[in-house]
Amino acid sequence: MGRVTASPTDHKHPQAGIAFILKKALVSAFVALVLFSLMIGVRTEAGPNGQLIYWTRFGELATLVAIVFVGSIVIELVRQWLGPAGASQLVPAPVQTGFAAAGRFVAPALLIFTLLVPVIFYHQRYILDLAILVLTYVMLGWGLNVVVGLAGLLDLGYVAFYAVGAYSYALLATTFGLSFWICLPLAGILASLWGVMLGFPVLRLRGDYLAIVTLAFGEIIRLVIVNWQSLTGGPNGISSIPRPTLFGFPLLPGPNGLAAKLGIAFDPTHRLVFLFYIILAMALLTNWVTIRLRRLPIGRAWEALREDEVACRALGINTTTTKLTAFATGALFGGFAGAFFATRQGFISPESFTFQESALVLAIVVLGGMGSQLGVALAALAMIGGFELFRGLEQYRMLVFGIAMVVLMIWRPRGIIGHRAPTVYLKQAQTISSDLVKEGHG
Amino acid sequence: MSGADHILSVDRLSMRFGGIVAVNELSFAAERKKITALIGPNGAGKTTVFNCITGFYKPTGGTMRLAADSGAIALERLNDFRISKLARVARTFQNIRLFPGMTVLENLMVAQHNTLMRASGLTFLGLFGVPSWRAAEKRAIEHATFWLNRIGLYDRADDAAGNLAYGDQRRLEIARAMCTEPVLLCLDEPAAGLNARESAALSELLLSIRAEQGTSILLIEHDMSVVMEISDHVVVMDYGVKIAEGAPHEVRDDPRVIAAYLGADEEEAIAVMESDT
Repeated sequence: MGRVTASPTDHKHPQAGIAFILKKALVSAFVALVLFSLMIGVRTEAGPNGQLIYWTRFGELATLVAIVFVGSIVIELVRQWLGPAGASQLVPAPVQTGFAAAGRFVAPALLIFTLLVPVIFYHQRYILDLAILVLTYVMLGWGLNVVVGLAGLLDLGYVAFYAVGAYSYALLATTFGLSFWICLPLAGILASLWGVMLGFPVLRLRGDYLAIVTLAFGEIIRLVIVNWQSLTGGPNGISSIPRPTLFGFPLLPGPNGLAAKLGIAFDPTHRLVFLFYIILAMALLTNWVTIRLRRLPIGRAWEALREDEVACRALGINTTTTKLTAFATGALFGGFAGAFFATRQGFISPESFTFQESALVLAIVVLGGMGSQLGVALAALAMIGGFELFRGLEQYRMLVFGIAMVVLMIWRPRGIIGHRAPTVYLKQAQTISSDLVKEGHG
Repeated sequence: MSGADHILSVDRLSMRFGGIVAVNELSFAAERKKITALIGPNGAGKTTVFNCITGFYKPTGGTMRLAADSGAIALERLNDFRISKLARVARTFQNIRLFPGMTVLENLMVAQHNTLMRASGLTFLGLFGVPSWRAAEKRAIEHATFWLNRIGLYDRADDAAGNLAYGDQRRLEIARAMCTEPVLLCLDEPAAGLNARESAALSELLLSIRAEQGTSILLIEHDMSVVMEISDHVVVMDYGVKIAEGAPHEVRDDPRVIAAYLGADEEEAIAVMESDT
């Protein structure tokens, strides 16, 4: 065992040849042996009388360790063959410039395709449902992008604003009978008020500390919803939330429904298509506002804050209000998305607003490339749509999904679109390499 | 010095960090439209004085008066961003603090934040692109272009600031500070790390800022050639107290300054100090 305890990453001999590769592979195999001996090697179960039954699976264990050993050798060989430049060289340069050239057409093509989705997939209810879900996450991603991508404030509790928006709409609609179109702005405003309220205590926090407090804030909101039974219905949630109407006409069967008024046959898909275009319009509004804000002094101040907060203060920028407006803007879009979620589902409960959701939206933003609108949209499509794509793989779905994410992060450590587009230029807009753009420290 | 027009008057400024006295009852003044240099050995407390003047530290004692057009401003009562916004005191940093992931032009646009924020109607008018906002943005770009030409970086306007050479970054940081249209510009070691040609260009830039913009300049500098060439008045600090002040040539020949810089042993230094008082 003496030789395997040696440091596996001996930087003095990066290209030490067979001995080095073998040593590294042995270390990996040993780690795999230790890990898998309990996870795979021994299988335990409770017997019929409550006693412990166990049996061993040394065959499978040996196979896995062998795979790790060989895999480690292969990876090391590939790495040495590529040279010190690393994994970014995996994709040849012509392909990368090809991507860049195609990149200009991706956004318009994607938009046209999205507009046509209800036409193309009119008879596939499942796809329409999935498209609405994807668009909800695109909107959430774009909303969080303002906070995390532009202002560089790591927010792990974004779901709180989603929840505030959803419950605001559900309560206003079921208690006062207000319509969706009146409640939508109210839900956004209430959520952004919560954004400001969260903003105040965390103004002085940075990085990991900010992340922890926002995480706690997300949980607090959820726990309040669970426990405030008289208002929110607690774990039972709120049901029969009204659906949105088109100019006051509900999309329902019957004489008052829109279909009857227009004199056409009622079809439940109409409502789905209607919801699809509502969320598409809301997401595009989010996108438009964000793009405009980036070119305004407030948006530049957000990005400057991400780059260097001390320099911002020296230039007379009020970092307090700048941070608060970032939180409020992100929360506003989260609140809108929440109201839409409530009206789409018709039923909400605290279960929909767990940390899992915050993590998913954050993953979309990080995977897409912080600050990039197109990247976030692509990441939402990949994360939500792609997850459905792997449904056929059954229990290996999570595994494949995880591997896909790891590969993507190795290939593109700063997200699908990692570079930054300037907000103003004199002669020619040049994209800025991700190496220079800071991630922000909270 | 009597009757001189002082832009900044520092009176018995003290800054303590726990038991450590970084600045002890320091008094000096900077004249309007002049270049005042603050020099001293490493650890003398120069940057602490700067951080007090520019609001990054709150001094434990003393006053700092800025003679603005609208009347005297007590800098020790303003903090943080308000020093730059209200008192119009701009600063640069010893270790350059640009926004590396933003372009050169964007760096200069961020510096005009408060003007642009007002012009954009606190974002709401700007969101809909009203003509008055567009005109204000155009003026801001022109203002930035003016400074880009002054520092000779017009051709690099659309490059990332982080991609500039070291000397260019130093000049860009000064231009960015000047874009806030300050009455007092505080420079923390602007010549650090520059070669002889670059420091000559820097001296020229600072002299032209004083002459053309009429901005008063306060600078910390180690490069004695720069200090001697451009300063009108020099204040020498050591161990948090002022040990000498005067015109550059007077200070250069002052035995206490020489002792402080050459590191004379303590007894000798005390003897020099006592012989003078």
